Amino acid sequence: MNAMLGLIALSIVMGGAGLAVFLWSLRSGQYEDLQGAANRILHDDP
Amino acid sequence: MSGAAVTASFAGEAADTACAHCGQAVASDRRFCCAGCEAAFATIGTLGLGRYYAERVLDPAARAPRPESAERCDLGRHITTNRDGRRELVLAVDGLQCGACVWLIESVLAREAGLLTGRVNMTTRRLRLVWEGPETRAERLIGAVERLGYRLIPYNASTMAAADDKAGRQLIRALAVAGFAASNVMLSSIAVWAGLVQGMGPATRELMHWVSALIAMPAIAYAGQPFFRSALAALRHGRTNMDVPISIGVVLVTSMSLVETIAGREHTYFDSAVSLIFFLLIGRVLDHFARGRARAAAAQLVTLRLLDVAVLEPDGIVVRRPPESIAPGATVVVASGERIGVDGVVTGGNSSVDASLVTGESLPVAVGPGGRVFAGTVNLGAPLTVNATAAGDATLLAECVRLIEAAEARRGRFVVLADRVSRRYAPTVHIAALATFLWWWGIAGAGVGEALLTACAVLIITCPCALALAVPAVQVIATSRLFRAGILLKSATALERLATVDTVVFDKTGTLTLPVLALAPGSDPAALATAAALAGASTHPLARALAAAAGPVAQIEGVIEHPGAGMEAAGVRLGSREFAGVQDGASSGPEIWLARPGLPPVVFRFAESLRPAAAATLARLKALGITCRIASGDRAEAVAVVAAGLGITDAQAGLKATDKIALVEQLRGEGRHVLMVGDGLNDGPALAAADVSASPSSAADLSQTTADVVFQGDSLAPVAEIITVARRAQTVMRQNIGFSIAYNAILLPMAIAGYVTPWVAAAAMSSSSLIVMANSFRLNRGTR
Repeated sequence: MNAMLGLIALSIVMGGAGLAVFLWSLRSGQYEDLQGAANRILHDDP
Repeated sequence: MSGAAVTASFAGEAADTACAHCGQAVASDRRFCCAGCEAAFATIGTLGLGRYYAERVLDPAARAPRPESAERCDLGRHITTNRDGRRELVLAVDGLQCGACVWLIESVLAREAGLLTGRVNMTTRRLRLVWEGPETRAERLIGAVERLGYRLIPYNASTMAAADDKAGRQLIRALAVAGFAASNVMLSSIAVWAGLVQGMGPATRELMHWVSALIAMPAIAYAGQPFFRSALAALRHGRTNMDVPISIGVVLVTSMSLVETIAGREHTYFDSAVSLIFFLLIGRVLDHFARGRARAAAAQLVTLRLLDVAVLEPDGIVVRRPPESIAPGATVVVASGERIGVDGVVTGGNSSVDASLVTGESLPVAVGPGGRVFAGTVNLGAPLTVNATAAGDATLLAECVRLIEAAEARRGRFVVLADRVSRRYAPTVHIAALATFLWWWGIAGAGVGEALLTACAVLIITCPCALALAVPAVQVIATSRLFRAGILLKSATALERLATVDTVVFDKTGTLTLPVLALAPGSDPAALATAAALAGASTHPLARALAAAAGPVAQIEGVIEHPGAGMEAAGVRLGSREFAGVQDGASSGPEIWLARPGLPPVVFRFAESLRPAAAATLARLKALGITCRIASGDRAEAVAVVAAGLGITDAQAGLKATDKIALVEQLRGEGRHVLMVGDGLNDGPALAAADVSASPSSAADLSQTTADVVFQGDSLAPVAEIITVARRAQTVMRQNIGFSIAYNAILLPMAIAGYVTPWVAAAAMSSSSLIVMANSFRLNRGTR
């Protein structure tokens, strides 16, 4: 029972961390230009 | 350039090589089409960015990256200054070909001093510049990019704020939260369901329920807001929509499950409530972005044409200003071939203007001092000076705006299919749930809690998940399919309104016909090739039409343009009757003369020509059982020719904007569903009065913003395409709705009888949603 409590808590914390990272990436505008991002990797940095 | 080369290209040889910079056709002995391209090529080489040419892929649909000497406009009002003194400017980029162009622009900008950010968004085709220092630095930055051949047009700060997609980001955040909650709640739910079989202890089950509750409740409170808000707004106006049963269902089910959890009983429905919201949000997000993309593309089209007006200041200097900032009484200079930006009275110059975009009149009208000209018309002849008349209410534009507003107010609100269904559906479901509760509690003698739980199961089973997905799923697929074909669907309800259309009213000039005059057939090929070589250097509309008719012809150097008269090179003259030295006879309609040494002068006449596929489109519409009519502002003879050519019997000519509204409203009064297709300023009010409206992308700005659909390209085929797709979409929507209702009707008795446990509810909901989605994808068949 105790092990399960810990594991549930751990899984929620990990899922929550994933959610937080996604919300951060959304806020920092990483989905604004998906077409450009796909092309940028083909060229050197300006 | 040698005289021999001039003769060679005058002989009409087709071009067989491409310009090393812009890729347009040039004579075989030359590398560049013009000095601008040569300079751009040299600049790129000097900066060490020559790889650009190896890596790029020219897009035939985009404007060729050929530097044009565009005049600089007043940038000040577009620049915003942040608190820390940084300045920001957002520009639309025209001529973007591929990823290499983005790299080239950013590389060139990176070498400019003082620039903090210079980033191109390839999806929206916008360039964002952030720099420190004076505002005037923008000129330098823009110049550096324009010399490469791209055209940059500033976005208005207010337009940018409106385009800032707050609703879209809110929806995505809600979707992320709902997705997180749905997956985690479902994990503990599956454990509980497995436990029912394998014998899970009550303490563990209770723990699982509490975990579910703690995740689900905040998630629903946050991610459910789009539905709750919409439902509240509808109720406040005394209406219901699909969001009302969704909200009631979700709130009731969640609170009931909480009560069950506190009481430590067996069944909770948190997973159903959260995954319902998750599924529905997927539909909303897709719908929002499909239409957002179409609207952004439409806004880009309008921005790219935004041209400032050349104002002659009292001190004799010409300054470019935005049309809305021009005071009455200002003197405006309009060059030959330029669009007139203001309403006014001509004070100097004799010319002819093309008013097709304003009145629908296809032939140019002669104007001289004292004559009135309107914003949106094109000056075809000599330069004009115009005294701007009162802006505001007195202008033709303001009159049309008023008519549009009045027409929109009269049109009434269209009730979408989903709302029509939910009007009947919601009360039925709620009565069924109430009846279930009363029966179990009052007659069958169950406890309040048990009766409530059964009633909740009824609500979950009938919760219109598939029903709420039925329409958006189809809309998303139809909107993207049309988007790929260059058709921009701007309104959410346009698809449903299009499906019922039985009458199409076409404007003639610029809608059935091409927006620019085309060369009349029957000209001598050799003379045409020579004329086109000269015409290629001019921006005059007729010269461009001539060059287009001749196809790719090597351009020549040393062409001198005489403003308002014509072009000259090596003794060959192309231009007006007087310029070519023709004395006798009078001109009949728009024409260009070519005078070559030792040869008699040749005339090129211009006429309006039908859009490609016009006849085929009308035949297709007829096959769909649709009546077509013409409502034109042009002369009766011109309309009769087009009507006869297309086999249209109902054609009216000489109509003003108010007459067009009257016609559309009369047709609607007869119970017809009217699609109005028009491009002119005078069509704007009729576009607003019709059930649904479409404009070509060459239309006047006002018409384009009023229309529900904007189609790109020269062809008229999109008009038939949108109706075909809309009808098929309507069929699929009806199938989806029929399926959802049938599905619910079968499961409802089970729920009333109390057989629906949480896992049955979850399985039923997911499977019906998936089937509806799969059915919607059938719309994509037959595209490519």
